[in-house]
Amino acid sequence: MSKWIEVVELNNIPVLGSRLIKTRDTDIAVFRGSDDQVYAIRDACPHKGGPLSQGIMHGSTVTCPLHNWKIDLGSGNALAPDHGCGNVFAVKVEGGKVFLQL
Amino acid sequence: MHKENLVLIGNGMAGVRTLEELLKLAPDHYNITVFGEEPYGNYNRIMLSPVLASEKTIEQIMLNGEQWYIDNGITLHKGKKVEQINRARREVIATDGTVAHYDRLIIATGSVPFMLPLPGADKAGVIGFRDIKDVDTMLDTASQYKHAVVIGGGLLGLEAANGLMKQGMNVTVVHLLDTLMERQLDKPAAAMLQKSLAERGMIFLMEHSTAEIIGGERVTAVRFKNGTEIPADLVVMAVGIKPNTELGKSAGLYCERGIVVSDTMQTITDPKIYAIGECVQHRGIAYGLVAPLFEQAKVAANHLAKHGIARYVGTVTSTKLKVTGIELFSAGDFTGNDQTEDIVFKDAASGTYKKIVLQDNQVKGAVLYGDTVDGSWYFQLMKDGTDVSAFRDTLLFGQHHLGDSGHNPDTRVASLPDNAEICGCNGVCKGDIVKAITEKKLFTLDEVRAHTKASASCGSCTGLVESLLAHTVGGDYSATPKTKPLCKCTDYTHDDIRHGIIQHSLKTMPAVREHFEWKTPDGCPSCRNALNYYLLCAYPTEYVDDAQSRYINERAHGNIQKDGSYSVVPRMFGGMCTSDQLRAIADVADKYQVPTMKVTGGQRIDMFGIKKEQLPAMWKDLSAAGFVSGHAYGKAMRTVKTCVGSEWCRFGTQDSTGLGVKLEELTWGSWMPHKFKLAVSGCPRNCAEATIKDIGVVCVDSGYELHIGGNGGIKVRVTDLLCKVATEEEVLEYTGAFCQFYREDAHYLERTAPWIERVGLEKVKTAILSDAANRKALYERFLISQQPAQIDPWKARADGAEAAEFTPIMIEA
Ligand SMILES: Cc1cc2nc3c(=O)[nH]c(=O)nc-3n(C[C@H](O)[C@H](O)[C@H](O)COP(=O)(O)OP(=O)(O)OC[C@H]3O[C@@H](n4cnc5c(N)ncnc54)[C@H](O)[C@@H]3O)c2cc1C
Ligand code: SF4
Ligand code: SF4
Ligand code: FES
Repeated sequence: MSKWIEVVELNNIPVLGSRLIKTRDTDIAVFRGSDDQVYAIRDACPHKGGPLSQGIMHGSTVTCPLHNWKIDLGSGNALAPDHGCGNVFAVKVEGGKVFLQL
Repeated sequence: MHKENLVLIGNGMAGVRTLEELLKLAPDHYNITVFGEEPYGNYNRIMLSPVLASEKTIEQIMLNGEQWYIDNGITLHKGKKVEQINRARREVIATDGTVAHYDRLIIATGSVPFMLPLPGADKAGVIGFRDIKDVDTMLDTASQYKHAVVIGGGLLGLEAANGLMKQGMNVTVVHLLDTLMERQLDKPAAAMLQKSLAERGMIFLMEHSTAEIIGGERVTAVRFKNGTEIPADLVVMAVGIKPNTELGKSAGLYCERGIVVSDTMQTITDPKIYAIGECVQHRGIAYGLVAPLFEQAKVAANHLAKHGIARYVGTVTSTKLKVTGIELFSAGDFTGNDQTEDIVFKDAASGTYKKIVLQDNQVKGAVLYGDTVDGSWYFQLMKDGTDVSAFRDTLLFGQHHLGDSGHNPDTRVASLPDNAEICGCNGVCKGDIVKAITEKKLFTLDEVRAHTKASASCGSCTGLVESLLAHTVGGDYSATPKTKPLCKCTDYTHDDIRHGIIQHSLKTMPAVREHFEWKTPDGCPSCRNALNYYLLCAYPTEYVDDAQSRYINERAHGNIQKDGSYSVVPRMFGGMCTSDQLRAIADVADKYQVPTMKVTGGQRIDMFGIKKEQLPAMWKDLSAAGFVSGHAYGKAMRTVKTCVGSEWCRFGTQDSTGLGVKLEELTWGSWMPHKFKLAVSGCPRNCAEATIKDIGVVCVDSGYELHIGGNGGIKVRVTDLLCKVATEEEVLEYTGAFCQFYREDAHYLERTAPWIERVGLEKVKTAILSDAANRKALYERFLISQQPAQIDPWKARADGAEAAEFTPIMIEA
């Protein structure tokens, strides 16, 4: 069963920026929007595996630093005209702490 | 003298151009009468697309208003359709009964949009794209409805779709094939075009065939052969045109696809009747672009003026797309066959694609996407059948690449030969334009248009004409405002925003976004980075840098490589180093197990394959050994390359290495609109390759030559000579002033080379050379901005700044 795990305090993620979370099997990028909405996505672009955590976030989208694909952080889908989908993780904020469902 | 009667049917582009040419040759020869079905004077039909996109108004696209007809004694029957030609009585009769007698007649009735014979095609809201009435219908529909469907992904369809989208409609383009504009583009170029249009929000249904148009009185949806359906309040058919031969046929003139004419543009049935324009078929071809029609007009006018020496022999055409921000050029046979060879360049990241098709070392066709400056050159080579074997290797780099070793004070357009065609529509060469500018003392684009017709038709060559103006008249040239917005988040241009930041003391990004009515809450990667730079440049001592508005390279102070690792380049001033420094670098490399080391083209050492988490520790060690960051990752001053100069070289005239070190000490750390490099060579042998740098200094016996605007990137550009100075102090002052002028004037991500080509060398010279006070002020501002900039970002991070950026969070899961 997947369970909620506390990973970081909201205040330790820069606004419109990200933190990189490393787990045993995978790297996860956790983003914080200008409205404090939080998103989590596997740190690998559906294009060529670029580290999305290193990209620039705008709205609820991140632009991959390698070839500028734009990935919707809510769904993980690449925005048109590109096609592809990254793994997103359920995420919630409670009491100023960010939890991931793993 | 008895005047003959000349009647023109069709008040469009070809017909009226014939009259204009005729009036130049024989102003008093004829009593002229014009019939036009449309209720206007003569307008520029090809500018309807910009009108639809709200980039122009109807008034702005009028070529000859009603006053012109009066001034030239022409009787204009506007809004009157001719329905009959009586060849026996030599009369034309309009629907309202107006009769006009002719001695000679010109038919220029153009063409009509081809409407697919689909069930429902007669419903309200289903139109073509041909005249002002259609544009009015589209604008009107856009104000009330939401969904537009454009059938046909060719030139016209895409321009219509772009315009409708600008009017706020949801636009779907339906195309039968799997690539757009298949008659002008090959697959890669078509794919790039589709991608950038899709990014603007255009929706594509490729390989879809329309079956039926659905609705009551008015269209509500479109159904396809595959059974799917999409909503539609407006359907624009742009699937082709057919020559309007109705009147010609009824008058008994021989027609095939169009009215058949000879090389003098007379109909082959009746020599008293001429026909020109899209209604015509000449040597089997019916043209649909203005360039050939204008040539036809010249020939018909020549014949009507009784000179009788001109012959029309057909035209090779080229195509451009009038969608703002998209550069596209195509000509000739771009697909090729067994006998041809292709030379192809593709850079998906910068959105550039070039393909040249060669046969027997002659250009047979070309497709350019993204960068079309050289289109006219390739077109010329193609038309002339030039043998290109001598410069085949560099053909793709464009014309300006040819033969400019040595000092080249001119820019790309300036290096074109006089016979290079600038305006394809009107066939105007560079020489004509430059001559008109100098002899008639022209200062504005409108004046050039009025005198030469260059850029007066489709406008794709406007940029070239503007740079010619800038180059010929220099600083006095008043450019027409460029309307290209900074990015999709705003309607304002880079320049608007840069000026606004200073004028209204806007000191934070939210303040700028609010003032300029941004459409997105936090901007996008394009504008965020640009604004961050603009604010930093305007308020160097006050503005707080926003790390999240920097590309990862700048945020992490290293170059991200293809596997997500980083590279580290310590600064070595002027390329100088000591054995201790080399040892320190070697120790760091051992300690962090650096997999690859390389000496860069800028005389520095690059260490590759560093994990992001390792960066701060490595920087700490480098910083302990006395190194600061080389900024090899930044839109910033990077390196000063030097040769050995008078210290060791037998040719050296000055201490080029020492000067390079001083220059690097002056400029290191400064953020720039784009990457920025310097070089100093000790003599004109130029071993440091100073003439392809943003600033290059070439030492000579009597002092220092300062060169600017060179680029060794994808498009090599040789510097322009700025001036010669006598002392090192002057070199430093002029360099600082130039850096600051570039920092304050260029658009973000514009390197010095395209910047100088855009603003003109004269402007730069004026700012730095003519006005000593201004130069000193620029230099002062540069020095001030350098104080906070010359803080080593590595050291700050090694000491713990922005630790979160470099520290991943480990969790057990
Ligand atoms: C939206 C659009 C964009 C275009 N873009 C470009 C471009 O970028 N580059 C390019 O080279 N070309 C372009 N074209 C094509 C170019 O406009 C035509 O090639 C050119 O206008 C043809 O000139 P013409 O005089 O033959 O016909 P028109 O300009 O169409 O003139 C024909 C005139 O005859 C009138 N007429 C017809 N029958 C009668 C009659 N019986 N009695 C009286 N009057 C009559 C019509 O009302 C019309 O005004 C574009 C066309 C359109 C519609
Ligand atoms: S540029 Fe001149 S001075 Fe410098 S190394 Fe070359 S030859 Fe010697
Ligand atoms: S030229 Fe520059 S951008 Fe191109 S591969 Fe080499 S280092 Fe990379
Ligand atoms: S890996 Fe992300 S865009 Fe290429």
